[in-house]
Amino acid sequence: MSSRQSRLLRGAAALAGVALAASLAACSGTSDGAESGDADDIAAALEAGGEITVWTWGTPVQKVADAFEEKYPNVTVDVVNAGTGNDEYTKLQNAIKAGSGAPDVVQIEYYALPQFILSGALADLSDFGFDAYEDAYTASTWNSVTTDDGIWALPQDSGPMVMYYNQAVFDQFGLDVPTTWDEYIAAAEKLHAADPSKYLLNDGGDAGFTTSMIWQAGGHPYSSNGDTVTIDLQDQGAQKWTAVWNQLLQNDLISPISGWSDEWYQALGDGTIATLLSGAWMPANFESGIQASAGDWRVAPLPTYDGTAASAENGGSSNAITEQSSNKLLAAGFLEYMNHDPEGVKIQIDAGSFPSTTADLESDEFLDYASDYFGGQQINKVLVQASEDVLPGWEYLPFQVYANSIFPDTVGQSYASKGDLNDGLVEWQEQTAAYGTEQGFTVTTD
Amino acid sequence: MSAASSTRSPRRRPRNSVLLTVFMTLFVVYTLLPLFWLVVNSTKTQPELFASFGLWFSDGFHLFDNIGRVLTYQDGIFLRWLGNTLLYVVVGAGGATLLATLGGYGLAKFRFPGKRAIFAIILGATAVPGTALAVPTFLMFSQLGLTNTPWAIILPSLISPFGLYLVWTFAVDAIPDELLEAARIDGAGEIRIFFSVAARLLAPGFATVLLLTTVATWNNYFLPLIMLSRPEWYPLTVGLNQWNAQSTTVGGEAVYDLVITGSLLAIVPIVAAFLFLQRYWQSGLAAGAVKQ
Repeated sequence: MSSRQSRLLRGAAALAGVALAASLAACSGTSDGAESGDADDIAAALEAGGEITVWTWGTPVQKVADAFEEKYPNVTVDVVNAGTGNDEYTKLQNAIKAGSGAPDVVQIEYYALPQFILSGALADLSDFGFDAYEDAYTASTWNSVTTDDGIWALPQDSGPMVMYYNQAVFDQFGLDVPTTWDEYIAAAEKLHAADPSKYLLNDGGDAGFTTSMIWQAGGHPYSSNGDTVTIDLQDQGAQKWTAVWNQLLQNDLISPISGWSDEWYQALGDGTIATLLSGAWMPANFESGIQASAGDWRVAPLPTYDGTAASAENGGSSNAITEQSSNKLLAAGFLEYMNHDPEGVKIQIDAGSFPSTTADLESDEFLDYASDYFGGQQINKVLVQASEDVLPGWEYLPFQVYANSIFPDTVGQSYASKGDLNDGLVEWQEQTAAYGTEQGFTVTTD
Repeated sequence: MSAASSTRSPRRRPRNSVLLTVFMTLFVVYTLLPLFWLVVNSTKTQPELFASFGLWFSDGFHLFDNIGRVLTYQDGIFLRWLGNTLLYVVVGAGGATLLATLGGYGLAKFRFPGKRAIFAIILGATAVPGTALAVPTFLMFSQLGLTNTPWAIILPSLISPFGLYLVWTFAVDAIPDELLEAARIDGAGEIRIFFSVAARLLAPGFATVLLLTTVATWNNYFLPLIMLSRPEWYPLTVGLNQWNAQSTTVGGEAVYDLVITGSLLAIVPIVAAFLFLQRYWQSGLAAGAVKQ
């Protein structure tokens, strides 16, 4: 299940110190030998039974576990919500450090996955024959869970970005749906000039959003190879994004309301904010949290820089098996059921999850679904197109969780002062690089 | 009463200051406004919450509906969290206060070698924020197999260097040495002296420390967040944050109305405890002031 970062205790989580370098070289020594096996071994383990613990904050997983237990009566799946996003990562990192206490299966967002891969905390899923599943997932999500050395998680859901817009507000102010960022800026100016209480968008400064927008602009600010890391937050993509966003920011066209606050839900409900640039998982949250404007919203592709369709992933989670797990075959069986087996995946889709499995994304039932909330629009057609338009080759840092935690102190300051976002990005890059060096990485910045 | 007070030493007439009154009024508004917001918004349904002005009531009054839903949501886990918080407060804060009182009294009234070193250590310990110790404490507790148990919260809560220091400095003045000597001459043992003589004189200090440790334990967030990964042992603080975080997840129901009403319910006991203990505290301080 996707989550935006929990804003609470961002600082505190950083304080808790997700120390990486120490665990870099020393892989976990607590593994119970080489647990691996093919589909037959997994089936035998499921028959033999046992108990596994799953850490997740996604509410549909309990339903998946119930169905799984019904199918394999000897298996008990203990689903635990150990916290959302950062809270969970802090606990996981501590359990890894302590050498015990980690669950068998754990939910990790794509952006946080490299950190846990590099510290040797996760089991290589190639050992269970999961390398055969490559074609079952979209290219971008599969790319997020694999490295040259192995497969470290199975994609659970995905969040290709689109533009949600309030048709009622667009009609009222005579706005056309923007297809390029220049048109988007023009629409923002027109709306705010016609009614100064209204904004085309809100953006209080959010690391996950900013990195996704740089991704959509074709940027590759992060790359890493082992413990050698390159950071360039002034590459062509980043500069393309800031060129647009500086105009919006400096001309007061962005509402400073932070995402996921009650104020934000209110503003989306009463038309104060007319568009939302977000992941494909958002419709379920629209339906549960923003009833006031039901029927008014529509979905369109993200505006582009040059007319060529482009999107990026925003949010989205994967599920991994920990090295600490003492029953990896059983864990692999559950993981396969939850994220690969059509039965398990369907339970999550029905609960509003946006899948990463191509078979589901391409199915007629999924594509033809007409959403009442979105005025009868077949939104999945737009969302699936976005998932195909996601630009390839993106990488996150092996210490992205920390990097995102200092975003408010760096780029966030440019947002607050309505200054040049490039200054904030340079500052973010410097502080992130300094942290990486402290943690034992060889960091180069261009 | 007025006749009686006039025979005492002349009191200073209270000065009326417009500036002070204005400042105090502003401060009261500043401190009460969030509380007012909380009360107002816990009467709204979630759609009303998003559609009405934050600092005034909406059309409907749903406080009792909301309370009912808070208490029953997710099989009534709120009550479990409330019970956990009470457990941590009663055992943790209560134990911390008892230990601080015993230790503070001992340090104030007995001479023994190493006292200065203990003084230095305790003074130093008050300067270390609990947050900094949370992760090392976690690793230690993990070795002991105590994480994910109530002990992981209670044991660290039992230590209150500041409370110890407070009782110590309080006991130095509040308990005359002569009184203890008199009791010893009368043949009372040290334990009896503590409970029948010293404890009563220390009551105001005890109440103050109890107040501080209760508030600290009630509001404890970071330690349980680190120590516990199972919701059934969460205190209210971590549990409510989990509800709050739920609205940012896919398919997760946004329950801001329950978070707000739950927060209101969560502060009622602590406000009551504060008001209750404050009376003892004030009267105790006053009693001490008249004595000498």
